[in-house]
Amino acid sequence: MKQFLEGSRAVAEIVKLCKPGVISAYPITPQTHIVEELAQMVANGELNAQFVNVESEHSAASVVLGAVATGVRAFTATSSQGLLYMAEVLFNISGLRLPLVLTCANRAISAPINIWNDQQDSVSLRDSGWIQFYAENIQEAADLHLLAYRLGEDKSIMLPAMVCMDGYTLTHGMETVDIPTQGEVDKFLPSYKPLYKLDPAEPLTMGLLADPDYYLETRFAIQETFKEVLKMIPKISEEFKNRFGRDYKDGLVEEYCTKDAEKVIVAMGSVCGTIKEVVDAQRAKGKKVGLLKIISYRPFPYAKVDDALKDIPRIAVLDKAVSLGAYAPLAVEIKATFFGKKKSPKLISSFIAGLGGRDITFESVKEIFTKLNRKEVNLEFIDLKPELLKEEYGV
Amino acid sequence: MEYNPLFKPGHTACVGCGQAVAARLVIEAAGSNTIVVNNTGCLEVFSTKYPETAWGVPWIHSLFENAAAVASGVEAALIYLGKSPPNGGMPPITPTADSANGGKAAKDTINVIAQGGDGGTADIGLQALSGMLERGHNILYCCYDNEAYENTGVQRSGLTPYATNTTTTPPGTKSIGNIRPKKPMPEIANAHGIAYVATASAGFPQDIQRKVKKAMSIKGPKYLQIHVPCPLGWRHGPELTLEVAKLAVETGLYPLIEYENGKLTAVRKIQPKPVEEYLKVQGRFKHLLNNPEEIKKIQAIADANIEKYNLKVKPGAT
Amino acid sequence: MFGPLVVKPSKSKGDKTGSWRVKLRPKYLQKNCIACKMCALICPEGCIQGKEKNTYISDYNYCKGCGLCAQVCPKADIVMIEEGSEGEKK
Repeated sequence: MKQFLEGSRAVAEIVKLCKPGVISAYPITPQTHIVEELAQMVANGELNAQFVNVESEHSAASVVLGAVATGVRAFTATSSQGLLYMAEVLFNISGLRLPLVLTCANRAISAPINIWNDQQDSVSLRDSGWIQFYAENIQEAADLHLLAYRLGEDKSIMLPAMVCMDGYTLTHGMETVDIPTQGEVDKFLPSYKPLYKLDPAEPLTMGLLADPDYYLETRFAIQETFKEVLKMIPKISEEFKNRFGRDYKDGLVEEYCTKDAEKVIVAMGSVCGTIKEVVDAQRAKGKKVGLLKIISYRPFPYAKVDDALKDIPRIAVLDKAVSLGAYAPLAVEIKATFFGKKKSPKLISSFIAGLGGRDITFESVKEIFTKLNRKEVNLEFIDLKPELLKEEYGV
Repeated sequence: MEYNPLFKPGHTACVGCGQAVAARLVIEAAGSNTIVVNNTGCLEVFSTKYPETAWGVPWIHSLFENAAAVASGVEAALIYLGKSPPNGGMPPITPTADSANGGKAAKDTINVIAQGGDGGTADIGLQALSGMLERGHNILYCCYDNEAYENTGVQRSGLTPYATNTTTTPPGTKSIGNIRPKKPMPEIANAHGIAYVATASAGFPQDIQRKVKKAMSIKGPKYLQIHVPCPLGWRHGPELTLEVAKLAVETGLYPLIEYENGKLTAVRKIQPKPVEEYLKVQGRFKHLLNNPEEIKKIQAIADANIEKYNLKVKPGAT
Repeated sequence: MFGPLVVKPSKSKGDKTGSWRVKLRPKYLQKNCIACKMCALICPEGCIQGKEKNTYISDYNYCKGCGLCAQVCPKADIVMIEEGSEGEKK
C-alpha cells in the first residue's frame, strides 16, 4: 500500500514484514532511524523479535551471527565506521555461510570524520563474501531487502547480503513507497529453514580450524556460489515482478537509455537518479547519452555489463569511493570486463565524485559527459576546490 | 571404548593440559542440553581441528573476542524460539536473602555457555563480555585462566601474575618480568550486578562441577573463572598440573570465592602455605627463586587476598 | 554450492593421541581401587573409564601418558611404568 515515508522507515517496514526473530542495534548516523523504527515496532508489539541493544557494532554483527547460527532469521544495520568495525565479523559470517541481511546506510570513512554520504564503507568490504546490492531510491532500498533474504537463505546459496542505501539522501529523504502486505511477502519469502544450526537435538560443530589441507576449498566454494547467485537473481527478480509488479528486469543492472547511446555513465546508488535527469535533458536535445546502473555490485555482473556496454563507444565510470593508491574500484571492474574483448568501448574514463557528501549536481554530470569527448582519463576527481587545494595542500 | 561423552578424547591439547581437564568438567556438569560458544584460543584450536571435533554438544567458534556477543545472539534466538525464558529485568538492588537464590532457571531451558581463555575474556573480549553481563542474558561465561596467551606461545595477558616470565615480559637485567598484577576480572564481572560470580581451579575438579551446576540453576548472566595450569607456559611437568593448581589456591594467590547477587557468600578456607612452594615448581618463576625481595612482594599479594577474602581457616576448625 | 565446514560429533573419532606417549604410561593395578573416580575426573583426555572398584582403566589409544591419574590416585593403585615395558601395544 503506497505511503509517503522516510527511507529509514520504509526499510524498517519491509524488515518487519520479513519477520526477523533477532535484531541487534547499535547507533551510528545516518543508519540509526532504521533501528529506532524497529525498536518502536517491537515495543508496540507489531514485531515479535528479540531486540538486542549491543555495546558495539562488532557485537551487533556477532549477535546476529549467533542468532542465524541458531536457525533464526536476523537483521542489523550500520554505516561507515560501524561497518569497518564489523569487518572481521562480516568475513566470519560469510565464511560460516550464514544468510543474514544487513542494511548499510552508506557514509564516508574517517579521518577526517564525516557523516555524509559516499560509498567508501561498503565498497571497501567488497571482498568480504557478502552479496552487495545498491539502491537508487527508497522503493528500491526497501525491495532489495526482500530479494536479499530470499536469495541468501536459498539452500544452494547460504550467503549474507548487504543492502546499501546512500546515507541521508535515502535514509532521511522521503518518497512515496509501496509497502506490500504481510500476506504478499509471506508468499514471496518463506520462513527461514537453516541447512544446519546449533541445536542440542542434533549437535554439531561450527567454525572449526581448517588447516592448509582444507581452507582453499572453502573460498572456492563461495566463489562458485556467487556464480549461482548471478543466475538466481534474475529468476527471483522475475518472481518479484509478478508478485509485486515492480520490474527490476534481471536485478543485476538497469540500462537507462543505453541502447543507441554514444556515451554512458556507469554508477551505483542515488546519484543514478541525478544522472537519469541529465540523460533525459540531454536526450531531449538529441544527445545520445545513457546510464548503466549497477544494482548487484557483488557478485559483479561482468557478462551483463559486457552485453550492455560493448557497443557503446565512450564510457565514464563514476565512483563514489576511492581505492587509495590504485584505480577507482568500480572503474576497475568495468575495465576488467572488456580487457582483451573483441567488441569493447573505445574509451573508458574513470571519475571520482561526491566523497564526504560533496554534492554531485546536474553540472557535475554534464561535465563528465563533456569530458568523454576528450581522450581517456585514468582517474579524475570531479568538483575539487582549487582554492582549498592551494591553501591546505599547496597544490 | 565407545565414547559419546560431551568432550571426547582425541583432541590435541598438550600433555597434562589443565584447560582440557576443566573444559570437560564444565560441559559434563552443564550437560547435553547446552550450546557452547567459544572464543579463539587453545581450547578452540585443540578441540576442533577439522575434520575432528571433541564436542558432543552444539558448539560454535566465531572470533577471538566475540563469544559473549555471539552467545547473546544464540540466547536471543532461543528466547524467540521459546526454548529459553525472556531475560533482562532489573538485578536485585539490595541483595536480600531470598533474592540470593535469584530467579530459578526453568527446567527445560537450553543452557548457553560462552567461554574463552584469560586473554580472550579479560583483554580482547572484555567489551563483548561486559555487554553480555549488562544486558542480563541467561548465559554462563566461563573463563579458563592459564594466565597468558598460551596458544600463540605464552605472551603476557591482563591476567598474567606479577613478575611472571612470558615471552613478551621476559626477565632481563632491566626487568623482573611482568610488572603488573593480575587484572581483578571476577570483581569486574561482579561489579555488573549479576546473579553469580565464582572462581574455581583445575586442582579442585568436583568444585568446578558444583559451581557449574549451581550457575546453571540461576537465571541471568553468570561468570565463572577457572584457574587452569598450562605445563607448556608455566613450565612444569604434566604430572604436576593438579598439584600446581592446588598450591595456587593453598597459598592464597588464587582465592576460590563465590558472589551471589553481589555479596561474597562463600570462600574456600585454606591453611596458607608460603608462596615459594608454588613458585619453585614452575619454570615461569625460576628467575625469582634467588630474589627474596620479589618473593616478598608476591607473598604480600597472597596475604592481601587472604585478608580481603578472609581465607585463613580458623585454628582448630577442621 | 556446498556449504561450510561443519562436523557431526558422531563422525569424529579424533586423533589417536596414544602415539604421543614417549616414556611413561599408567598401569592400573586394579587391586586397591575404591572407585573414587578422581582419575577419571582429572584425566585431560577424559579417556579413563570404569564402574565399580578395580575396573578403572585408560584407553591407550588416547592416553598421552601425562601421569596425572597416578598422581591423584589416593590408593596408589595406578603407577607409571616405562612405555612398552610390558609389551602392551601402543
